[in-house]
Amino acid sequence: MEDENIIEVEGLNHCFGSGEAGKQVLFDISLTLRRGSFTVLMGPSGSGKTTVLTLIGCLRGVQDGSVRLLGHELNGAAEARLVALRRRLGFIFQAHNLHESLTALQNVIMGLQVHPGIADTVAQQAAAHALGLVGLADRTHYLPANLSGGQKQRVAVVRALVGNPALVLADEPTAALDKDSAAEVVDLLKRMGRARGMTTLLVTHDSRILDRADRILTLEDGRIVGSEERG
Amino acid sequence: MSWLLRHLFGRLPIGWLQLTHNRSRFAAALAGVAFANVLVFVQLGIMNSMAAATLRPYEFFQADVMISAGDANALNEGGNVARQWLLQAMADPDVTDGMGLFVANVPWDRVEKDISLTTFGIDPAKPGFLAPAIADDARLLSVQHATILDRLARGLARDEAAAIRPQTPLGFEAQGRRLTAYATFAGGGGFGGDGYMLVSDQTFLSLFPARSSGAPDHILLAVRPGADIEQVIGRLTTLISDQSLRIRSYADAAQEDLRYQQTRRPTGIIFGFGVLIGVLVGLIIVYQVLSTDVADHLREYATFKAMGYGQGFFLGIVLEEALVLGVMGFVPGLIVGTGILTLMGAITTLPLAMTPFMAISVLLGTLVFSALSGAIATRRLAAADPADLF
Repeated sequence: MEDENIIEVEGLNHCFGSGEAGKQVLFDISLTLRRGSFTVLMGPSGSGKTTVLTLIGCLRGVQDGSVRLLGHELNGAAEARLVALRRRLGFIFQAHNLHESLTALQNVIMGLQVHPGIADTVAQQAAAHALGLVGLADRTHYLPANLSGGQKQRVAVVRALVGNPALVLADEPTAALDKDSAAEVVDLLKRMGRARGMTTLLVTHDSRILDRADRILTLEDGRIVGSEERG
Repeated sequence: MSWLLRHLFGRLPIGWLQLTHNRSRFAAALAGVAFANVLVFVQLGIMNSMAAATLRPYEFFQADVMISAGDANALNEGGNVARQWLLQAMADPDVTDGMGLFVANVPWDRVEKDISLTTFGIDPAKPGFLAPAIADDARLLSVQHATILDRLARGLARDEAAAIRPQTPLGFEAQGRRLTAYATFAGGGGFGGDGYMLVSDQTFLSLFPARSSGAPDHILLAVRPGADIEQVIGRLTTLISDQSLRIRSYADAAQEDLRYQQTRRPTGIIFGFGVLIGVLVGLIIVYQVLSTDVADHLREYATFKAMGYGQGFFLGIVLEEALVLGVMGFVPGLIVGTGILTLMGAITTLPLAMTPFMAISVLLGTLVFSALSGAIATRRLAAADPADLF
């Protein structure tokens, strides 16, 4: 069904720079993501994976083609609309990007506080509960500097998911983690995403993740060269 | 503080948490703001003391109208006024009395330290022109070479001044004359002298033989109670044919003197610039702190941008930091500033003191320049591009 698609990308092209110095990095990309799916976007470095992620995530302006996110066309959308849409997304970065001055709990609260109208006490309770779900109940008041790499990334996942986003965009979330931590984070992402009905688009080089994907898209030289449905 | 800011801004006090995360840098930032506050306090204190010191001698006298030479911008500046104009002024039906006022500085060579006393020559038979606290002792000046001495004069020991009574007068040499102080009054050091002294006009003329009894420095006039002073001045302007004279109300004369000291004399301009420099230093310090803080947290801010936080949120963080720096830097600045002004006042006997008005003005000014610095610093937020995070 059409309304089951969280993302619909059609004929997407993108260039960096302009004129003779310009370089096209995406060519006629078309894809759709179903609600609740866990999709992995693979490809070599420089293939355009991250550019696709930032365009879908409303972090760059769409130059040519159509990107419909949650039913809203991003091409030509006003900045205020893009900011509002970003609140319905969850971002997970390669580097955890936690705020060094905030505790784990406070970092997670930031994922809730972006939504107006959530009471302070409710946000605190929800954030503490979510951290408890990922085994960090005893680390809520730790600063990121006092957490391990895996713990930091778990906090980042919770921060991205605590606001119940419609779509989670993850960029190499396991790149800096050891095997066990990586598996733990991906399982956590998939488990929490499924429990909350979230759609996930995960960019990675990490082949350890592939067996957890519902679908694998392969990008090369700015073009989608493979699409494999799993499970 | 965290609780207060959380309720004030209705969100996590991120600015406070960022500032206090690096405690040594936070302490240095507060010291910088406090330093700027101290600079402003000291300069304002000196400016205020100049104003107080300028107006202080006007408080020794009571008059409604003052006639001065055209070039007399201050009490002890400018030419003389012919006594004939006093007599002429007395012809006005509303002018009830008049007195010539002589002014000059008298050096007093003391063993410990030479001092200079701004000396007023008055008519001891007209105590009505003196402030009530002094008027009772005016009769003592009828004695030749008698004086009433400023007990707060710089260089005059307090116990020495306190011992001065009609029964135990203090004799001293000044201007080649043997003078005797029979009483004291509260004056205080100023910028033009170390203190004040009152003598009779006759004693004054003996100290300054070149001066003439027919040419005092100013003429003080008292008008009938209930009379319109401006109307009296208007009539006197017509009555007195010397158009070069300045005929003003006594209150206006004091205020014009003050304006002259603040805007035309180098000292006033220098102190005014001192305040400006203090404000600029504070602006630069707060801007530097906030700007560095923004630069240090660009990645976190970019993350927040990606999450959907808008420009107002970031402006709020920076203004929160500005508020914290402004308020917390103000407190030590106020304490140190008060201490310095008190110490300077004790040393110089200038009326240097922290006033509530100064404290509130500087607090408000600090908050304004902190907010201004914060607003400028947010320009760096444009560099926080969330697309760069990937």
